[in-house]
Amino acid sequence: MSAVADKYSELQNLGVEVFSVSVDSHFVHKMWNDHELSRMVEGGVPFHMLSDQAGNIGRAYGVYDENQGIELRGRFIIDPDGVIQAMEVLTPPVGRKFAESVRQIQAYQLVRASKGTEATPAGWMPGDPVLRPGPDLVGNVWKVWKPHE
Amino acid sequence: MEAKPQGCARITGAVLGEPPPAAPGPPDAPATTRKEAAMTARVGGKAPDFNAPAYFKGGFTNVQLSAHFGKWILLCFYPGDFTFV
Repeated sequence: MSAVADKYSELQNLGVEVFSVSVDSHFVHKMWNDHELSRMVEGGVPFHMLSDQAGNIGRAYGVYDENQGIELRGRFIIDPDGVIQAMEVLTPPVGRKFAESVRQIQAYQLVRASKGTEATPAGWMPGDPVLRPGPDLVGNVWKVWKPHE
Repeated sequence: MEAKPQGCARITGAVLGEPPPAAPGPPDAPATTRKEAAMTARVGGKAPDFNAPAYFKGGFTNVQLSAHFGKWILLCFYPGDFTFV
């Protein structure tokens, strides 16, 4: 979570609200912030750290591990309509890559701004060409996009 | 931010807008468990609403997810505080 806290301003610039969730109490969240995270990240954790001690929220999102009593690394991008656009779930030993979350948010924001008329090809980064699905694009994707680009 | 009185009860996050869990049946009853019933998150679907106690910038507060609809939200679960990754 310190990786997200460190780059929080990038998300703020994109108008994104961040919530972290674990089975720890909000009291423990405070201790973790005060004693460790605030030493990694200037000013401490800038977003809300939620407590889900009974795992209720984790179950609803399919990330609660009943055997271990913990929540897996689940990351959800929720759009302004409250619809989940993307999810990624990792087991505990491997961390997420923050830049990929940002890339996906930027792609979904572009699609939304275009009212669904644009789509982003694999590996799309902001500034790269986008696809405009329609009759003219059928069979012609190769003209505007190649996998190695 | 509104300061909430902190009691000693073990308060926890709760999913909103769901019927209360059914009374447990006999052990060999068909497993229409609340686990399965409650797992509703999928891409393209509505994010399950919830309410949870939270720590935020030195204070304690409550977060209801749907109160923040209208903005983009990044919701991140992780195994636990003071873990290493």
